[in-house]
Amino acid sequence: MTVRVQSDPFDAGAELNRFAQDRTDVGAVVSFTGVVRDTKGDLKEMLIEHYPGMTESAITKIADEAVQRWALADVLVIHRYGSLKPGEPIMMVATAAAHRAAAFEAADFLMDYLKSRAPFWKKEVTEEGATWVDAKDADEDALKRW
Amino acid sequence: MNVVYFAWVRERIGLPQETVETDAATVNDLIAELRAREERYAAAFADTSALRVALDQELSDFDAPIAGVREIAFFPPMTGG
Repeated sequence: MTVRVQSDPFDAGAELNRFAQDRTDVGAVVSFTGVVRDTKGDLKEMLIEHYPGMTESAITKIADEAVQRWALADVLVIHRYGSLKPGEPIMMVATAAAHRAAAFEAADFLMDYLKSRAPFWKKEVTEEGATWVDAKDADEDALKRW
Repeated sequence: MNVVYFAWVRERIGLPQETVETDAATVNDLIAELRAREERYAAAFADTSALRVALDQELSDFDAPIAGVREIAFFPPMTGG
């Protein structure tokens, strides 16, 4: 299992190629990359704040649960903080399992939990000013699926 | 005890963290003490349903006891992913 919390950009393709490459018991690898979206065309940057220490432990706890529930061969979580520009990757998860159902489901579970249980806060900076992104009720409701 | 604030809670209070001497029994008791201090605390803690709390870096509840806790953090609902 690999959990990385960093301000630096990362290469999702290179990370995915390295992920679980030494495992011959893996039949399925699923990955998700979250990207900074500029919906209205006015986003200057996204600022991501986090809680050093708790961030790593919260993500590790979520990843541990995914490994156990879906018998994953490996899991990778990378999440950035700091100043990000539109189009840059924010985070990625990758899961490796014997079969695809487990890999897909575990990646979906990880994303739902990272959204609402990993201590990150997003702030959008535009010409108009800066606004904290509100958590959505739908994101909290999504946890009930699991 | 070390009290830590994040996101708009940090901005409203104007501090990322501070040391607080308290005999408060629960998180709610500590919030009542902080609210009574100054308007900026009252503003940050006006609606606790808009807040989350972590005790020693674990998510917790507002009625949780805080005896022995070293670090308490207040922040809005998380927006990771």
